[in-house]
Amino acid sequence: MPRTELVRFSVPYLQILDQSGTVDAEFEPALSSEQLLYLYRSMKLGREADERMLKLQRQGRIGTFALATGHEAIACGAALAMSETDWFYGSFREPAARMMRGESLAKYMLMHNGYEEGNHDPQSNRLMPFSVIVGAQIPMAVGMAYALRYQEQKDAAVIVVLGDGATSEGDFHEGMNFAGVWQAPVVFLCQNNQWAISVSRQQQTRSETIAQKAIAYGFPGIQVDGNDPLAVYSAVKEALDRAHSGQGPTLIEAVTYRVQMHTTSDDPTRYQHDAEVAAWRERDPLRRMALYLEKKGLLTSAGEEEMTRAVRETVDAAVREFESWTEFKPDAPFDHVFGTTHDVIEEQRAEFLAELAKEADHG
Amino acid sequence: MAKLNMVQAINLAMQQEMARDRDVLVMGEDVGKNGGVFRATEGLQSQFGAERVIDTPLAEAGIVGTAIGMAMMGLRPVAEIQFSGFAFLALGQLEGQAARMRSRTQGKLTVPMVLRMPYGGGVRALEHHSESREATFAHLPGIKVVLPSGPRNARALLAAAIRDPDPVVFMEPKRSYRAFREEVPDGEELMEIGKADIVQTGTDLTLISWGAMMRPALKAAEDVAQRRNARIEIIDVLTMSPMDKHTIAESVKKTGRCVIAQEAPRSLSVSSEIIAAINDKALMYLEAPVKRVTYPDVNTVYFGREQLYIPGPERIARAIEETLDF
Repeated sequence: MPRTELVRFSVPYLQILDQSGTVDAEFEPALSSEQLLYLYRSMKLGREADERMLKLQRQGRIGTFALATGHEAIACGAALAMSETDWFYGSFREPAARMMRGESLAKYMLMHNGYEEGNHDPQSNRLMPFSVIVGAQIPMAVGMAYALRYQEQKDAAVIVVLGDGATSEGDFHEGMNFAGVWQAPVVFLCQNNQWAISVSRQQQTRSETIAQKAIAYGFPGIQVDGNDPLAVYSAVKEALDRAHSGQGPTLIEAVTYRVQMHTTSDDPTRYQHDAEVAAWRERDPLRRMALYLEKKGLLTSAGEEEMTRAVRETVDAAVREFESWTEFKPDAPFDHVFGTTHDVIEEQRAEFLAELAKEADHG
Repeated sequence: MAKLNMVQAINLAMQQEMARDRDVLVMGEDVGKNGGVFRATEGLQSQFGAERVIDTPLAEAGIVGTAIGMAMMGLRPVAEIQFSGFAFLALGQLEGQAARMRSRTQGKLTVPMVLRMPYGGGVRALEHHSESREATFAHLPGIKVVLPSGPRNARALLAAAIRDPDPVVFMEPKRSYRAFREEVPDGEELMEIGKADIVQTGTDLTLISWGAMMRPALKAAEDVAQRRNARIEIIDVLTMSPMDKHTIAESVKKTGRCVIAQEAPRSLSVSSEIIAAINDKALMYLEAPVKRVTYPDVNTVYFGREQLYIPGPERIARAIEETLDF
């Protein structure tokens, strides 16, 4: 018996704004001038924060952090598409999205200077903490999505961000599979920046796209130009609409490139090619957005300068604010081991404080 | 009052907590339609529906990860790992997330979930179905670890675990599931997590155990008491972390002698921590070295040899007599 075709799948690709800032009018999202300028300003703020934090890190004023330069279209396009009722569960490379969701940049810096106090209160703005373990956020986000539906929360979904490396993790498979089985209201947003530290996308998976992995779990996947904020916005908006209306999960693969080091501890010259990095720097999402806004008559060079100045002031103020926090309760970690008190913890707290007091006496 | 075995008592705790609080969900492999491979969740899905008693895909990290997500949203999931030997696949979610979310967010986000898992040997099971690894979980700050020993405390501690504000690993001694029955009150009964139980008072020696080992420990104490005039105090630890070191130390101060019986391998185990607690709080009261009866530091043996390896009443009784005679 000849083999017959059982089923055929395809993976769509979306780009709305090309590198020259020319928009495909048919797919241009209906965003107001204010929204477009807010989107661009948020992208600029993310870039400025990244560059400043790199300087601060080199000066020893903050610790290690993951750079996000070049990823602004993904973070900001996604955050703009979200409703207040949606939850954001990021990885560690989306500071611009976090700020759009209401996180304070000063606290973000404080967290990167080694204090839990810098973590955002997740209950306000529906913004989950930073996830350092690659992929661990994925099953948790799916459980949150299940809870949203169980609690009959209307127009609410979870958007979970992951990198290309995370797609190799077991947590990715298990989370995607649970989401498909449960038809959970969740959007998986993969920032495919083509590098997991030094391991390239080609070494990570033999799949032609990451988007196609969704098909195996029974829900749609789409690949978008990750340097095109309008494409990211539109894909995320559509995926959230699907989630809100009970149509289940979506995987969005946003293709970009990590033009900076992985973290401040990394030296990408050991594995990336200068020419490739330079070619991707040419595709800067900020420049693309600026060209688009200029063509629409929404941004003049004076407006650009003014925005740059305002963004720098915001970052300056955040640095001043985070460096003004100098008093930290030394035994705060003992407050948050359990929600109940117990001798084991309280005896160790007393012992710890007594040791600190002795050291202060000798100091 | 009904006489229930441990599986029935555990089922009762979940059934009553689900009836009391709509935020309580049960999830895991085969827990719904099948009622669990040990029947611990029998009848729950037909009473509460498939949305609250979830037959999940076969994936331990997925079960624990999604349960953490639900708990962070205010639900109280009771997730089951079919055998504790499979729980290591979910250790990343437990250590990296469940244990830390409270401290990470300074108490703003909490994980009130229970992770039930049958543990321990003695039922002639396949490899990975007989481990006793409570110390692995108890070593994680932010996780509470409870091991009941009988139907009544299993029911009362599970109900307390479901209401607890923190993630609780609840390890059920599978060889005690149907081994005996106890009177279990029909109405609500809760026991405090983090508190040991003095099962029998005495003045000559403190015998400490927990979980499935409580039965052979009690038998050993009885045998020794029949052979000689020794009054043995028996402590059921119940919560491995945070451990009730005060009760243990006060008992040892009184008796001056102590034997610990555990099913788990010896080194870096719960018994190690108990000895450290005695060292900290009651060293100068000791009349004899603290003696341990444990599994050796070998991998859990296939069941052909398991009765040689899991300490039984005779081995515990010998340790008691050697310690009394020291």
